[in-house]
Amino acid sequence: MIDERFLSKKVQQVKPSGIRKFFDLASELEDVISLGVGEPDFNTPWHIREAAIYSIEQGKTFYTANQGLLELRKEICSYLKRRFSLAYDPTKDVIVTVGGSEAIDITMRALIDPGDEVIVLSPGYVAYEPSVTLTGAVPIIVELNEENQFKLTPEQLKQAISDKTKALLINFPSNPTGGVMTHEDYEKLVPIIKEHDLLVISDEIYAELSYDVEHSSLANFEEIKDHVILISGFSKAFAMTGWRLGYVCADPVLIKQMNKIHQYIIMSAPTAAQYGAIEGLRHGMDHVSEMRDSYHTRRNFIVSGFNRLGLKTHMPQGAFYIFPCIKHTKMTSEEFCQALLEDQKVACVPGTAFGEAGEGYIRVSYAYSIDEIKIALGRIEQFLKNKGFL
Amino acid sequence: MDETALLKLLEKHADMNTCDLASALNETQENILSKLNELEQNKIILGHHTLINWDKTNTNRVMALIEVSVMPEREYGYDRIAKLIYRYPEVDTMYLMSGKSEFIVTVYGKTMQEIANFVGSKLACIDKVTGTCTLFVLKQYKRSGIVFEAEEDSAERLLVTP
Repeated sequence: MIDERFLSKKVQQVKPSGIRKFFDLASELEDVISLGVGEPDFNTPWHIREAAIYSIEQGKTFYTANQGLLELRKEICSYLKRRFSLAYDPTKDVIVTVGGSEAIDITMRALIDPGDEVIVLSPGYVAYEPSVTLTGAVPIIVELNEENQFKLTPEQLKQAISDKTKALLINFPSNPTGGVMTHEDYEKLVPIIKEHDLLVISDEIYAELSYDVEHSSLANFEEIKDHVILISGFSKAFAMTGWRLGYVCADPVLIKQMNKIHQYIIMSAPTAAQYGAIEGLRHGMDHVSEMRDSYHTRRNFIVSGFNRLGLKTHMPQGAFYIFPCIKHTKMTSEEFCQALLEDQKVACVPGTAFGEAGEGYIRVSYAYSIDEIKIALGRIEQFLKNKGFL
Repeated sequence: MDETALLKLLEKHADMNTCDLASALNETQENILSKLNELEQNKIILGHHTLINWDKTNTNRVMALIEVSVMPEREYGYDRIAKLIYRYPEVDTMYLMSGKSEFIVTVYGKTMQEIANFVGSKLACIDKVTGTCTLFVLKQYKRSGIVFEAEEDSAERLLVTP
């Protein structure tokens, strides 16, 4: 008989994602309006799709180099240089991965040992804590709060550091809060990172979706750049989630080790997707900009709508999520989302799916058209009236 | 106020009210109203249209693109003769073009015969018009960025994802 005896203890420590429960609940209902999706609503721009199809027509269907097509790595480096002033060597500093997710995985496995401590921010993307746990390391949770616009402060960072701390895992702009860190915000962290010789694993998948402020990276600080592992990809900026294509840039000493894992578990990222990505980086920036402008107006629209309904929502400066506070309803995040789904068939994600610090909040995605957002706001208003909050 | 953002929004959502526009652009309704007035007065916003697929209704409606060759006039160039053409209500759209014909004119009618009559009895008879070539539209695939009959349903996104 198969039972828990056969399961790895590490895997058993990992809790199932809180998102899954809401996916199952929402899937059972009809006529659900979802504000629960973490991916763009735009189709991948046609020229990118066409380039990938053309590559298949031409028979470019073989494995690529482990690190990805050199042509793509060159485009990635050129893009990072012109957009974010980040210099990387395409031959030594980059691996093209199967989404940002694989980049996180190989980074953790290559750099973290059992017993190490990794500082993880909460609320944070669902995969971070498990990715630390699976290495046998200990995630040290830093709770970010709304008063600080969900930024990481130097005081919080200092408090979390011990002599076992190996790395700091950050994600700005953030899923789920939409919080960002500016150059000035990072400036205050740099001396602490340097003093404690920390590695920084920086997931910047939403870098292109920064509003009001310019995106900044800890890799912009030369004094710690070799300690920063930059992770990004094509999913959010180029609306290419299903293509599963990301990349990691870091010091060649680190990349060499990550590439060992990558070559054994993946071999190389999907070839057609890589050709699509080359096209995107060469000719797709206008589309990226159009999509960003569209998210920008939707953000304003939805923040204003939620605040009008009495669900206090800070103005996020990145990604495509808002993180409204529902504490005054006296419901837990999960109760609120479940009741909203059952009463008005609107799907949001409880803040607690992103860590305990998410209690009292819900994650709402605005990767939806203004018309869809408007209908959802109408239903949420009705829900709040039904519950006596309006 | 970001005028371009307002115009881009209206171009895609002509039916948005001032309250929604104000929310989307982080502006007051008063600012939006005054900007809209200004844009209309300056003829930057010229009108609001609903895109209709008439082929799916029982209405008889034929569309033709007509290439019109003309002789330009001293002092007026093409503008005076253009006016003689576009003032006909049958003319929906008109452009001055590079290429072998000077103008392209879009005309709607109930039947092909009606359009042929318009071309033969009115358009071709205008002084300085030296020739016409009428191209009847057989099927519309896409207009103003909208595909009329999508071949495939766009793939559904999952309802909830991380």
